[in-house]
Amino acid sequence: MKAILALEDGTVFHGTGFGAAATAAGEVCFNTSITGYQEILTDPSYKGQIVTMTYPLIGNYGINRQDSESWRPHVSGLVIRELASVVSSWRAEQNLSSYLQEYGIPGIQGIDTRALTRRLRVRGSLVGVISTAAIDPSQAVEQAKAWGGMAGRDYVSEVTHQNAFVWDEHDLESAEFGLARDHQTPNPRHVRHPLPTADIPIVAYDFGMKYNILRRLRQKGFRVQVVPAHTPAAEALKYKPAGIFLSNGPGDPGALPGIVREVRSLVDTGIPIFGICLGHQLLGQAFGAKTFKLKFGHRGGNQPVKDYETGRVEITAQNHGFAVDPDQLPPEVSVNRRNLNDQTVEGLRHRTKPIFCVQYHPEAAPGPHDSTPLFDEFRTLIEGRG
Amino acid sequence: MPKRTDIHSVLIIGAGPIIIGQACEFDYSGTQACKALREEGYRVILVNSNPATIMTDPEFADRTYIEPITPLAVEKILVRELEEMRRMGVPVDAPGDGSTPGKLVLLPTLGGQTALNTAMALHRTGVLQRLGVEMIGAKADAIQRGEDRETFKQLMIQIGLDVPISGTAHTFEEARGVAERIGRYPLIIRPGFTLGGTGGGIAYNRDEFEEIARRGLDLSPVSEILIEESLLGWKEYEMEVMRDVADNCVIICSIENFDPMGVHTGDSITVAPIQTLTDKEFQIMRDASFAVIRAVGVETGGSNIQFSVNPENGRMIVIEMNPRVSRSSALASKATGFPIAKIAAKLAVGYRLDEIRNDITRETPASFEPTIDYVVTKIPRFAFEKFPQADPTLTTQMKSVGEAMAIGRTFKESLQKCLRSLEIGRSGLGGDGKPWRVGTDVYGDREILPNDIISRKLSVPNAERIFFIRHAFRAGFSADQIFHLTKIDPWFLDQIRELVEFEEELAASAPTIAA
Repeated sequence: MKAILALEDGTVFHGTGFGAAATAAGEVCFNTSITGYQEILTDPSYKGQIVTMTYPLIGNYGINRQDSESWRPHVSGLVIRELASVVSSWRAEQNLSSYLQEYGIPGIQGIDTRALTRRLRVRGSLVGVISTAAIDPSQAVEQAKAWGGMAGRDYVSEVTHQNAFVWDEHDLESAEFGLARDHQTPNPRHVRHPLPTADIPIVAYDFGMKYNILRRLRQKGFRVQVVPAHTPAAEALKYKPAGIFLSNGPGDPGALPGIVREVRSLVDTGIPIFGICLGHQLLGQAFGAKTFKLKFGHRGGNQPVKDYETGRVEITAQNHGFAVDPDQLPPEVSVNRRNLNDQTVEGLRHRTKPIFCVQYHPEAAPGPHDSTPLFDEFRTLIEGRG
Repeated sequence: MPKRTDIHSVLIIGAGPIIIGQACEFDYSGTQACKALREEGYRVILVNSNPATIMTDPEFADRTYIEPITPLAVEKILVRELEEMRRMGVPVDAPGDGSTPGKLVLLPTLGGQTALNTAMALHRTGVLQRLGVEMIGAKADAIQRGEDRETFKQLMIQIGLDVPISGTAHTFEEARGVAERIGRYPLIIRPGFTLGGTGGGIAYNRDEFEEIARRGLDLSPVSEILIEESLLGWKEYEMEVMRDVADNCVIICSIENFDPMGVHTGDSITVAPIQTLTDKEFQIMRDASFAVIRAVGVETGGSNIQFSVNPENGRMIVIEMNPRVSRSSALASKATGFPIAKIAAKLAVGYRLDEIRNDITRETPASFEPTIDYVVTKIPRFAFEKFPQADPTLTTQMKSVGEAMAIGRTFKESLQKCLRSLEIGRSGLGGDGKPWRVGTDVYGDREILPNDIISRKLSVPNAERIFFIRHAFRAGFSADQIFHLTKIDPWFLDQIRELVEFEEELAASAPTIAA
């Protein structure tokens, strides 16, 4: 199946299609993680984006039920150099192509992803169209131009759960993934570490939340009430939470003024708040700062972040196209973490209120576990208030 | 933390002559270290018995000793250099407050096993303590914990990592009990206190086990045998880790062995990065690597940690660690562009990873994990033709005399380039028109080899096994059959199948040339 990837700047790549036979548009971005394609595909933050994996060999270990970060893949399309024709993993249940096909998502392989990535690094993010239909390349370029861009788009409303729910009440989903310790383990897929009592009630705002955030919160003893993105602050507080969590999510953080207002009300109450990624950008805006679009974003699992409070460096998982501009932050908010590659803001802490947030993903999935202690920090923050 | 100001001179021990198992990779790491430390203004003293190394070129050290790498020779050098420092007016004997450079220190982690062993001998005999010479990079107790198999195994159990199940037995009944507890064949049986482990072996079933166990108990002067589960045929992985004095840890490179457990890593075809682990599994291995380097206590620098994974259920076992720059470090440096030896030398004198500049980007710090958009393959080079008496079967003892490494955008590209780089006359897996020699028989390039020869060459690891995977596919073996004979991961086998398929496509489309 022949396929093309056309960019709004007129560049056209020819390759072979896999997954669904379809035409799809989106912002083309690149992710530098070597492993973790399944988690990336199912991360709701990629809504509206065509993801290019810079690592050339993708699909090697297939798809399994445990590694999904939400209920379905959210990317508009997937661009890779070479798709594995066999799958090798004791956990594999499906191959990548049939998985994407199931959800109507097109993939394209045989692309010089290095050339594409270099173009995106020089030009900044570009809109693209993947098509397996026999459309004329110039027509595909026109379609890409017509799509517009990410700026101003509210994808949060599309990926948030529509109803409030309690996460994993029966403790079936949250135990940490573990490996078999002997060859007699009857079903190694179900090796799970036990969970502590869920004794701290919190409300988690779902802007397109990754499941591993929920799993991590549960593993640290939180009882998590998930609420939809547009839940008013007063409504959320009715659950009598001991803390509020603000999740990651897709699109332009500047396109969500209504949510920012609610976050500001929550900040004013003095309740403990922890934010990740979009949650961090929303808190930044609630504090008075603005967000801006990065030239080509941070997407990958090797971003060094320096914690200026401890002097330590964490290797972090990141996925964001926008960042908080620290210029308009009030003096009561400190920038406590920065990216060592480009010095952009990676963390904020309120000096007088129990509020902190990070731009990166301490829940990893995919990516390194260096920042897992942030979930403990949230617990300590709440417990410290008695 | 900035660099240490109490150090005046650093003694680096080289790796000595090039032998099987220890080649020029340690010249590379030693040379890097000399350059890095001189750049920092330290006086560098080098000892290496091999004058044919780059590091012994006069410009690399302030003083170079071409002397045997023995504890005695190194002790004499230390004494002489301390005298020399006194003569230069360096306050060697003053206690010092850490601000005046007065110390002579020893960096033992960049010259392979030879350097490490020599330094450890000087430590055990009390020479270093007597002379007041500190070991930097890794302390003696850390080296001890990393190198001693039993200490290491106990330490791994303490920190909750998995190790091979084993037990000792003094009677036949006890031996049966241990075998039952392990519950799976093959089993490895090692009699206690026999010369070179005579009387041991691998048992693939109950009958073999009982025979070897009886024999082992008889042969052991203390009637003791160690019984351990065998990891033969499991997947094998390596992680290159770096740690700084502030406990920042990073993975420089992950490596997957094409050849499963049973073949020495130095004799294995290896591939970077890891190809067949999910992110969840990879991150567990990453966490385990950090846990190992911390538990062993390698304070600064690089370590190489080896893991084995059961392909059937993912069980992950720590095999061993090298508390020093290793053979794989040179490969990892070339594969990722991260100069492990150079950074290790800087970390050893007190720098933190975020204080060192990344040589490739020139803008960002060295505290990051290289990510790559290509595949690196290393293939060992053998010279059995020069050692006609040697058994060409590959085992846990290293036999290769060198290696080639190639980079490609796909595994297939890197494999083909690497095979060509071996300079054994082949342009790749085959299809180059050159004949194949099997013993005294000669076959044409595209001739189909007899099944029994193929099966034999696949089931016993040997230098040419990779080529016999091609022969097998061409002779109609299924990937499944080849997997059962080799235990090479199906993903790798399929890559070779694709190459073979393409060879057939090319051959079929070749124009017929009139003879």
